[in-house]
Amino acid sequence: MTWIWSNLDLVWDRTFDHLVLSVPSIILSFLIALPFGWLAHRYRTSRAVILTTVGLLYAIPSLPLFIVLPFIVGTSIRSPLNLIIALTLYGVALMVRVVADGLGSVDRDVQQSATAVGFSGWTSFWQVELPLAGPVLLAGLRVVAVSTVSLATVGAVIGAQSLGSLFTDGFQRGIQAEIIAGIVATVLLALVLDALLVVIGRLLMPWTRPSAIGVTSRHDVVAREVTA
Amino acid sequence: MFTAHRGRLTLIGAVAVGAVVALAGCASGDPLAEPSSSAADSTIVVGSQAYYSNEIIAEIYSQALEAGGFTVDRQFQIGQREVYLPDIEAGKIDVFPEYTGSLLQALDKEAVGGTSDATYEELQAALPDNLRVLDKADASDQNSWTVTDAFASEYSLTDIASLTNVTEPITVGGNSELETRPYGPTALTEKYGIDIAGFVPVEDSGGPLTVKALVDGDIQLANIYTADPNIKTNNLVALSDPDGLFFADNVVPVVSQKIDDSAAAILNQVSAALTADTLVDLNAQSKNDQLSADKIATAWLTKEKLV
Amino acid sequence: MTFLLETLAWLVDPANWVGSGGIPTRLAQHLLFTLVTLVVASVIAVPIGFLIGHTGRGRGLAVATSGAFRAIPTLGLLTLVALWVGIGLNAPYVALTILAIPPILAGAYTGFEAIDRKIVDAARAVGMSEAQIVLRVEVPLGLPLLIGGIRSAALQVVATATLAAYIADFGLGRYLFAGLRTRDYGEMLGGSILVILLAIVLEGAFALVQKLVVPRGVTAGLPTDIRDGSSRSRPVMEPTIEEGNSHVHST
Repeated sequence: MTWIWSNLDLVWDRTFDHLVLSVPSIILSFLIALPFGWLAHRYRTSRAVILTTVGLLYAIPSLPLFIVLPFIVGTSIRSPLNLIIALTLYGVALMVRVVADGLGSVDRDVQQSATAVGFSGWTSFWQVELPLAGPVLLAGLRVVAVSTVSLATVGAVIGAQSLGSLFTDGFQRGIQAEIIAGIVATVLLALVLDALLVVIGRLLMPWTRPSAIGVTSRHDVVAREVTA
Repeated sequence: MFTAHRGRLTLIGAVAVGAVVALAGCASGDPLAEPSSSAADSTIVVGSQAYYSNEIIAEIYSQALEAGGFTVDRQFQIGQREVYLPDIEAGKIDVFPEYTGSLLQALDKEAVGGTSDATYEELQAALPDNLRVLDKADASDQNSWTVTDAFASEYSLTDIASLTNVTEPITVGGNSELETRPYGPTALTEKYGIDIAGFVPVEDSGGPLTVKALVDGDIQLANIYTADPNIKTNNLVALSDPDGLFFADNVVPVVSQKIDDSAAAILNQVSAALTADTLVDLNAQSKNDQLSADKIATAWLTKEKLV
Repeated sequence: MTFLLETLAWLVDPANWVGSGGIPTRLAQHLLFTLVTLVVASVIAVPIGFLIGHTGRGRGLAVATSGAFRAIPTLGLLTLVALWVGIGLNAPYVALTILAIPPILAGAYTGFEAIDRKIVDAARAVGMSEAQIVLRVEVPLGLPLLIGGIRSAALQVVATATLAAYIADFGLGRYLFAGLRTRDYGEMLGGSILVILLAIVLEGAFALVQKLVVPRGVTAGLPTDIRDGSSRSRPVMEPTIEEGNSHVHST
């Protein structure tokens, strides 16, 4: 374990690299998934097309996607941007279904009431449906955050620096402590981002405090990981 | 009640976009630019392979250059030659620790190789016009066909050709690219008539798994680098290579046109001090003592009075 | 777009379809590995999930552990275990089994939880023992969600098993690594396409099984139905919870 204490700065640097890869990916996947999820929720035909596409997208193994993407988008194979795009695609693949389901979970009566009191489709989406779908979206985003952080490590195999670099380097040098440090740091980072999302969720959706929803919102996380 | 939420949602959107922009900005000055172009013109980009020993040498180059007043941008651990060579050729990396023979074979499939000096000269000719190699070091980290001590004595193995003495099936282990390299298992069969029973890819560049597989008898013949301290620690024998199947692989810096005479002089001083034993010792500090590349580099440069 | 042509050329090259490194062998290795991993993970996760689902205890712990498990990077686990056990398939089996456990565990206990408590109470009222309740009521009714969990685990294992070739001569991942190292993009993309096809075939197979195992009379057994029909996300609006619109109808 002496390795860890004498290399804390290295672990810290890699953690930062890891954040640079994963945080933009998580945010971008949420923003991109919103319109697609809405389309999938709103129209029956687009639902089939979009959900099948994202299902297939998620089946693509990460390694070849990391390698092929630069050819398609024209980035350098070592550019962090390349990895961010790939991770975003996986995040979108997970999140679109969640958005569609989340919007679908909004009570039809509520939507109709909103229309009745004069909300247009656009304002109704932003002021009624989206806030009401919030807890489901948050639960999905938490899954996206955790899996993105975990997936980002694979980039180390093609030379993109992240906490995963501790695995490949530790493996070559036969230093188990280095690999363990990488695993622990990755899990901690995932849990920290997850906790951060929960806090953001409470701030934005004060009506979902644990006392109000508690078990229910957890339930959604679990239900989602079954179908994710 | 929903107006308040709209404000919050706008806020989350603003924060989200801001964070994306900020983090993308961290990733590289201009997200659409190549990683190295964001650096200032005076900065020297030093790269390294995803190989711990190569990283130590790159770190030594970097610290020596920094001590000489240069600003260094370290881009280490960037895969194998197939991944980084295009970037060197494109001038995106200014200094890269290379190995004469392996680089020569990557540049010229018809290369003949030979002695350490012949290989070095041939390499100089094979490099594209915008690149050059500085002085080569005495240190070399070349590929070898390695067996256990016990296996070597059982079949009286000395050089690669003597592998024909072996009567049991030989399974070969090494990085997956080894299978198609000009010195790989196919060459052993075609050139020496050695029967190879199978190839087991072990993706650790002759690291702990390869050594363990060899010691456990899962493989009989492994591609291990000669500067690997594991050869000594695990009683392994690197078979001699009188025919030059493997090219000599002296450590040499490949540099771009950005490297001027003063920077070149610094790197040449490093190469002059880098002996074969030194490299094995530096590697042992990384593997056995688990020291980081920068600490190993600093200690060695200080000892050699190069900084 | 030349690499698409290279991919096609690689896929149809008869030389790639024979021998120990041929596509049929690699496909079979990959499939067998996935199935064994799923069986091992199920043997571990399903009993625990049933126990949690039936008793309602240990759920918070299971959710927390599953979350942490999901955060464990497979590449890290793979390299660490490989240093312990050496080359071969042991390290990939350990790493991928750990990857497969969380979705299967979740499928097992959410399957039980999705069942209307009234049905369980009714079963108890007619004199069924706890074991009978589990085996005759909860397991059959919870099966669709359990299969859903295994299905999602299968998808992850098929895709992630490619990483196993980082340390072993195994499966379709071999094409990815060999292609990467020699810059043979045809081989790499061809290998990827095979992985995706395998994933799609498995998806289809599981979807079919999921439909088949829905007990007769259960109209809302599939996961999407449970979500859409549930009132779970609605307490937000303090809705009238429509208990009548439950997920499961007794026969």
